[in-house]
Amino acid sequence: MLEKGTVAPDFELNATPDQKIKLKDFLGKNVILAFYPADWSPVCSDQMALYNEMLKYFTKHNAQIFGISVDSGWCHMAFSNDRKLHFPLLADFEPKGSVSKAYGVYDDELGESKRALFVIDKEGKIAWSYLSPTAVNPGADGILDVLEELEKG
Amino acid sequence: MSTLKPEVGTKDHVQGSSDASITIVEFGDYQCPHCGNAYPILKEIEETFGDQVKLVFRNFPLREAHEFAYAASLAAEAAALQDKFWEMHDAIYENQYRLEEGLFDELAEALGLDLDQFAADLSSEGVKEKVESDFESGIRSGVNGTPSFYVNGTKFDGGATDLYAMLKESTE
Repeated sequence: MLEKGTVAPDFELNATPDQKIKLKDFLGKNVILAFYPADWSPVCSDQMALYNEMLKYFTKHNAQIFGISVDSGWCHMAFSNDRKLHFPLLADFEPKGSVSKAYGVYDDELGESKRALFVIDKEGKIAWSYLSPTAVNPGADGILDVLEELEKG
Repeated sequence: MSTLKPEVGTKDHVQGSSDASITIVEFGDYQCPHCGNAYPILKEIEETFGDQVKLVFRNFPLREAHEFAYAASLAAEAAALQDKFWEMHDAIYENQYRLEEGLFDELAEALGLDLDQFAADLSSEGVKEKVESDFESGIRSGVNGTPSFYVNGTKFDGGATDLYAMLKESTE
C-alpha cells in the first residue's frame, strides 16, 4: 500500500460510461480516494452512503472525494442513482483493478479492491493512507483529521 | 479506537441517573430500521441496569438515504425546547413504521406541546444547529453507521444486543 509522502500515481477512469476523470486535473485541490470492494452492499449506512452525507464537510476543506471499485461504469451509475450519491464513483474496470494495484490495495484472491482510504494533497502527494479491515466501514474521522492538518500547513 | 468528541455535555439529552457509572451515547437516525430495532433493547437496558446506566441520544440523520430522518431530528429537538425530548424521541421510534411528514404535528399534539411554539421551533436556527452539531460530532467520533454506540466515551463495536450482553457480563 502506498504510504504518506509518495507521489500519487495518476490515472484516468470512467466516472460514468461517457465521462472520464483524470487525477492530475485535480492538482490544487485535496483529493480523497475511497477504494471499496463492491457496489450494492446490503446495509443502509454503508461507507459510500455515509460519505454522501458528509460532502459539505469535505468541500469546506477544499477536498473532492471519489469512490473507486472494480465495478463497471454502468453498475456505478445504477448504484449511484439508487443511493442518490452526489460524488463520482470511478470504475477500475479495464484493465481490471489496475489503479487499485498501483496503489497497493487490490485483493487478488477476491478480485476486488480492498477497503482503503487515501488523502492526496494539493501537490498530488499522498498525505495519508489507511487500510481498513474489509468488513469494517472506516468512517470519516481519519479523513477529516488529515484535511485539518493540511489546512494548518 | 475512536472516542467520543466532544464529551457528553450540557447540550446533550440525558436519561437516567446522574450518578450512573456507565454512560451510553447513541448516534441515531429516526428512520433507520436498525435504530428502530435497537430502541426496545435500549429500553430493556435501562430497565435491567437501572441506576447504573444513563443514556444520551445524538442525532445522526442520513438525509440522503432517509427522507424523513432530518425532519424527525428537528421535531425531537423542537420538543426538547418544551422539555419533551425523550417523549418525542420515544414516540417517533414507536411510530417509525408510519413515518411521514404529518406525523410530527400529530405526535406534538398527543404530547400536549404548544403547537405554535413547536412549529416556530421546527424552523429555528437553534434547532437546526443542534442537529448539525450532533452530526458533526458523530463524524469526528468515527460514527460509521447507525446506530453507533459509545460506552464511557469509547466506540462500542456492536449493536444494541451486543451492548446488552456486554453490560450483563460486566455487571455480573
